[in-house]
Amino acid sequence: MEDFVYFFTFQDPSIAWVVLGITLLGVGSAYVGTFSFLDKKALLGDAISHAVLPGICMGFVLAGEKNPVYIVTGAFLSGALATFMSSWLKRNTKLSEDTIIATILSVFFGFGIVLLTALQKSGNPEVAGLNSFIFGNAIGISESDLLLYGGLAMVIILVLTLALKEFRLMVFDPEFGQAIGFPMKAITFLFNVLMILAVVIGIQAIGVVLMAALLITPGAAARFWTDRLNPLLILAAMFSVVSGILGTYVSFVIPQMPTGPWVVVFLSAFALISFLVSPKSGIVFRFFARKRYLEKTHREHLLKALYKAKESKKPGLTIEEIYGLYPFHKRETLQSISSLQKLGFTTKDQPIIKLTSKGISEAMRVVRLHRLWELYLNESMNIAPDHVHDSAEQLEHLITPELEALLEQRLNYPSVDPHQETIPRENNELR
Amino acid sequence: MSFDSNAFLIIFTGALIAISCGFLGVFMMLRKMSMTGDAISHAVLPGIVIGYFVSGSQRSLEVIIGAGLLGILATLMIDWLRKKARVQLDASIGITFTLLFAIGIILVNILAYKVDLDQECVLYGEIAYLPIDSWITQSGLNLGPRITWLAGLNFVFVSGFIYLLFKELVLTSFDENFSAVMGLPSKGINLALMSIVSYTTVSSFESVGAILVVALLVVPPATAFLWTKRLIPLLRLTAIMGVLIALFGYYLAYWIDSSIAGMMVTVAGFFFLVSAFIHSKKPSWLSGTSASTQPLELE
Repeated sequence: MEDFVYFFTFQDPSIAWVVLGITLLGVGSAYVGTFSFLDKKALLGDAISHAVLPGICMGFVLAGEKNPVYIVTGAFLSGALATFMSSWLKRNTKLSEDTIIATILSVFFGFGIVLLTALQKSGNPEVAGLNSFIFGNAIGISESDLLLYGGLAMVIILVLTLALKEFRLMVFDPEFGQAIGFPMKAITFLFNVLMILAVVIGIQAIGVVLMAALLITPGAAARFWTDRLNPLLILAAMFSVVSGILGTYVSFVIPQMPTGPWVVVFLSAFALISFLVSPKSGIVFRFFARKRYLEKTHREHLLKALYKAKESKKPGLTIEEIYGLYPFHKRETLQSISSLQKLGFTTKDQPIIKLTSKGISEAMRVVRLHRLWELYLNESMNIAPDHVHDSAEQLEHLITPELEALLEQRLNYPSVDPHQETIPRENNELR
Repeated sequence: MSFDSNAFLIIFTGALIAISCGFLGVFMMLRKMSMTGDAISHAVLPGIVIGYFVSGSQRSLEVIIGAGLLGILATLMIDWLRKKARVQLDASIGITFTLLFAIGIILVNILAYKVDLDQECVLYGEIAYLPIDSWITQSGLNLGPRITWLAGLNFVFVSGFIYLLFKELVLTSFDENFSAVMGLPSKGINLALMSIVSYTTVSSFESVGAILVVALLVVPPATAFLWTKRLIPLLRLTAIMGVLIALFGYYLAYWIDSSIAGMMVTVAGFFFLVSAFIHSKKPSWLSGTSASTQPLELE
């Protein structure tokens, strides 16, 4: 708890600096990552983040020490080479995109390992610090590093905000952008540059192996909560900033813990929660929506059955008769019967279940939609009368009042369906 | 630069691993699942660490079972994210493997005192120490390096798997719907392939490292695919390339004193690049003003 207060009150200026850096990094990478996610280029980020390793080692060799400027430049150049090569291979060979990306990723990383091992065996004491680039160590960031990484993150955020319209075009409709005179190639190029930069700024805090998560996961998680671009960007940035700070906190409390893995675990937790509980597209929500829909259809089928019994001059149906209609669905049927009663659509007269007058209206509506749709299929689509029932069985639950009015108008208020059964209306003699 | 028994053992083991990975990689590539291979090789890490922790030894059955389970879990999780949560495929791969790998690294750190497994070993492996680590039976008989035996066993499994299920693998790779109509359990075959990929990853991770297994899974098949489209030559070329990269990789690493596994991948990358240059579409200025290769069609 003491650690918690100490960390989150930012008494220690170096912690404040690190948190500021992680925040900028999170916002920058989440912005770029969301665009690349929408552009279906998520794995390119993974390839780039592995591919910067040889550049880091080269930068180290040239500088002779852990000079952030050299390392960032080296990382940027090798990331750029990897991006260029993957697009060249895509244009000029018959290999599929995932093969190309996996190849680039592993070859660059393998070459990076060769350089790193050779450096480690050279005996330079500074080399030990290079390991932190693989899994990241946010606490180890010095103030001068921070100025560089934070500055680059600011540049990314600024460029993306200023050219939001252009990037939006690139993701959603590049042909249209081309047609109205935007230089789409230059915009794509600029975006690739930003993507490499976003990877480069993360290598110190998150590490090359897991940097891909910071690009992919926030966008994917935020996508479940909104369909609009601006809220999407803000939400993605929030996810990544909160996970970044939590990850930094863990590696502050437990000193030998690398930051990267914890940031990724928190981010993935946000993502999994979003997948499960987000309204509209979450799994839990979809499960209950489906269940509700199935219950509604079952209720309406039952109403229809009761209405048909009324048509054949029976007062209602006994529970056994209803069970007989839906074999093996006793539980659902029982549930539908009781919920129909609660809604006031049916009454129970000893063994017989009858429609109330409210129930008759509702049952008429469903039967009417069913028969109207059968007639429409038969008359306008030329489908044989014995083929129309199944489609109507599904559509009767979905047709809206507006559509019903249109159908009535189109069919000129018909009185019978293709099977010569009366289409029920409110002034029906069965009332 | 010498050729002694140690060099032979290392090259032999490297070639065995490269060929096993390459064979599996050919089918992964044909199924457009190269990145899934990448994901699996990252994702087995927590399984390895837990198996190690439970059994207390790096060489136990628990490690292999743990890794195999995690490999299958990764495949299922990718599938679940894609089908149930409706995340696009590339993002579901990215989320799955980064999460599982992160958990693995955290476990390595938490259990650092109990498990003699460091990040470097898991990531790059050290095939160079292979001759020291011998398999000695209880009666004291020295049977040679343990990792070579493991690689050999793995090679036998992979070749046996492909030999026995060749027809099924080919059919499900090229036409999944048709194979379903034929009554082949294409999902089961897919899971079997993924399990054997996970098993290969585990048995190779000590020598070449989890991440570099990806390279051996992807690069030789991709290179061979640039030269031929037919399946049998594809497998044959992949095998030849496996031997060549082990050979050159060892001597180059020996020469500059670096990681053998990394050098094998670098050599493979070099082969790939040369092949890509030879088989790429040539820029137009190279063909000069010679006659157009595609004659104009006249209606």
